[in-house]
Amino acid sequence: MTLEVRLRHGFGGFTLDAGFEAPPGVTVLFGRSGSGKTTIVNAVAGLLRPEAGRIALGGRVLVDTERGVWRPPHRRRLGTIFQEGRLFPHLTVRQNLRYGAWFAPRGARREDMGRVVEMLGIGPLLDRRPGALSGGEKQRVAIGRALLSAPAAILADEPLAALDAARKAEILPYFERLRDEVAVPILYVSHAASEVARLATTVVALEAGRVVATGTAAEVLGDPGVKPLGPREAGAVLETRIAAHHADGLTELDAGGAALFLPRLAQEAGAAVRVRVAAHDVILAREAPRGLSALNVLPGTVREVRAGEGPGALVALDTDAGRLLARVTRRSVAALALAPGVAVHAIVKTVSVAPGDVGG
Amino acid sequence: MDWLGAEEWQAVALSLRVSLWATAASLPLGLFTAYALARWEFPGKQIVNGLVHLPLILPPVVTGYLLLLTFGPQGPAGRLLAEVGVVFGFRWTGAALAAAVMAFPLMVRAMRLSIEAVDPKLEAAGATLGASPPWVFATVTLPLVAPGVLAGAVLAFAKAMGEFGATITFVSNIPGETRTIPSAIYAFLQVPGGEGAALRLVAVSVAVAMGALLLSEWLARRVARRVGGA
Repeated sequence: MTLEVRLRHGFGGFTLDAGFEAPPGVTVLFGRSGSGKTTIVNAVAGLLRPEAGRIALGGRVLVDTERGVWRPPHRRRLGTIFQEGRLFPHLTVRQNLRYGAWFAPRGARREDMGRVVEMLGIGPLLDRRPGALSGGEKQRVAIGRALLSAPAAILADEPLAALDAARKAEILPYFERLRDEVAVPILYVSHAASEVARLATTVVALEAGRVVATGTAAEVLGDPGVKPLGPREAGAVLETRIAAHHADGLTELDAGGAALFLPRLAQEAGAAVRVRVAAHDVILAREAPRGLSALNVLPGTVREVRAGEGPGALVALDTDAGRLLARVTRRSVAALALAPGVAVHAIVKTVSVAPGDVGG
Repeated sequence: MDWLGAEEWQAVALSLRVSLWATAASLPLGLFTAYALARWEFPGKQIVNGLVHLPLILPPVVTGYLLLLTFGPQGPAGRLLAEVGVVFGFRWTGAALAAAVMAFPLMVRAMRLSIEAVDPKLEAAGATLGASPPWVFATVTLPLVAPGVLAGAVLAFAKAMGEFGATITFVSNIPGETRTIPSAIYAFLQVPGGEGAALRLVAVSVAVAMGALLLSEWLARRVARRVGGA
């Protein structure tokens, strides 16, 4: 089932004019605050009437302004997970979880309550009220509540933005499981590159209300021309597989034949792992470096050089491991004569990859 | 109830009946009005708001006289309603109507405040989970505003118990029909030797008012504890 979205709506001083398709899996709407992400999600959920556009889910038309179709939110069956959880304070966790199932149509495919409770680890919370839960617990219950409403698609509007780093790390794996175990499309709004890198099947990058790129996480994040958060936040994604865990605390990854060493990961050997390498953590060298402490040296070819407004430049290079981005100074670009086709070595310190940037 | 004379007991029973009816009958309209004022934008909203609050500001005698002109035996609404067998003029039902009108602003204010305190985002969440607007109101809004609804109802009941000016102007002071506690106290004070009966009714007034307030506090705290978590 695919979610098709085409919208035009004036908001916050500019016009949102966006169109994209969200196939099964996680489609991440990626962009900075005010780029129109939440407006899109609200229009899909039915909490906002767009000025013009058409939204359809697997052939079921939710909105078509030309034909005057507008389905109210309660008849859309889109399980929505909000940034602030929005659990009902007067109901227990169990009642919150059952709320959506109450209104689901009789024939709808239902998730099993026990399975969802187990997957989210919220069994001990069932008889409590939301007032007595931590932020992370609230978000897990909110995920469960959306799942159990027998949704035709799931919408998540920055579900981790209000949480601290530790709670984010606690919840992200649940979204990874959701992506792998739930058949319906998931539209996920985020302004965090690490969430995009870990979750996205498809990325839709937004800037000032316009779609500037769509594709896989590796394609969109590896494109130096697409920087919805600016060059500081740029970083490419490598698709890897765990090759071995070593006794000295390192994990060896197989990235397209090249070996990549990271601090010990929790996943089993053989598991697929995505690694986001921040562009500012990559050093470039024209010759193979010797006597270097960094463990990861990937030979490659420069594909594109993009000079920014300031002293920096983003260099995209193709390596055996995949596309990488390096953020260097324009002075270095000149000194190393970096240009498309030039052979370089990309150097990545093992310890520079943040644990939050690695996911299944 | 030996310590209350038959006449006094009659006034107490009538007051309770009038106030309960006034509160119960105006509750749905009060809730609707409070919801409309809190959540909807419509032309003439300020006029509706003003009309609701008018009885709070007008002299009660004026409100009573306006009720007499409208709902009295000669009034347009009074004559129309009499056709279908509903009579307000000089009946206990009229006393209930006067009490309800006088208590209405207090009821609406308390309910409106509590409805404004409910985050519309919670109602939106209910809608995304498949609940239609009436269901959202019944399962999300109403439970969350319950303390405010309760406070409004108790306030209205207490106000109805004490209503005097509009009642006596609209439906007079007929023993057994429209002589509520305040009218009875007033009547007892007009005759020599009536102070004892008046004082006993004052005691009843104070006790009922205190009881109502304590009850509402207790109920509101129970609801708040349920909503607040733990």
